[in-house]
Amino acid sequence: MTALLLVGLLGGIGAATRFVVDGAVRARWARTFPVATMLVNVTGSLLIGLLFGAVTSHGLGPGWSVPAITGFCGGYTTFSTTMVETVRLVQSGQVRRAVVNAIGTTLACLAAAALGVAVMALVP
Amino acid sequence: MARHGGRMTRQAHRRPALVAVVALGGALGAAARYELGLAVHPVDGWPLATLLANLAGAFLLGALLEALVRRGQETAGARVVRLGLGTGVLGGFTTFSSLALELERLLAAGSGAVALGYATVTLLLGFAACLGGVVIASRHHAWRYAGATADGADGATG
Repeated sequence: MTALLLVGLLGGIGAATRFVVDGAVRARWARTFPVATMLVNVTGSLLIGLLFGAVTSHGLGPGWSVPAITGFCGGYTTFSTTMVETVRLVQSGQVRRAVVNAIGTTLACLAAAALGVAVMALVP
Repeated sequence: MARHGGRMTRQAHRRPALVAVVALGGALGAAARYELGLAVHPVDGWPLATLLANLAGAFLLGALLEALVRRGQETAGARVVRLGLGTGVLGGFTTFSSLALELERLLAAGSGAVALGYATVTLLLGFAACLGGVVIASRHHAWRYAGATADGADGATG
């Protein structure tokens, strides 16, 4: 029960952080390509890799890791918005950008997560 | 001190009440995803809980945003619905970081084929689900509008 509440609390903070970061990036950098969502997803994937690495390499316990990983990282990053933006790109005839957005986000997030895990394995 | 926030239309992400709406929705979405993760276990290495959350969330967000767009000029109430249910609940329910970490774990474990299959299915079905949500919401809107005008009634009522 405590875990559920902490996941919810950090999930809410994560979603609010995404909203603020996304809005700030859009306000400064208006592009047809959805860079704001991609930036949020890549930074959140780096963070989840660092946290998972802290669990496996440094013994971070589930009391903190579950709310941080499932709550904050999950609430901060979003798959649904990436899909809506991909559909909108296809609808406006920008198929190439849509493919780059979907596959590029996935590969960049995978690389960021792997980097996070690797960095924590190197930290003494 | 110079103050730039005094405009009538302050950006949504700089309004504490709207940030709180997103946080409340995000808390519910993340908690629901956590419960889903406890109930649904991986099958043959496939992280089904994340897959289900992402596909359902993509469908629902496509339908929600299309339905709201088709209502025309966004009202204050509609914006709270969009930010609370869309950006908050559905944004918090779906996740890209878990997908990324699951792919990394599959690759690290030597399950490259499962990783490729999982990523491909997530993207293809996620796109199809989202597009399906958009199409259903647009058709529902067209149907409601046509029905209302055929009766000679105001198009805004359903």
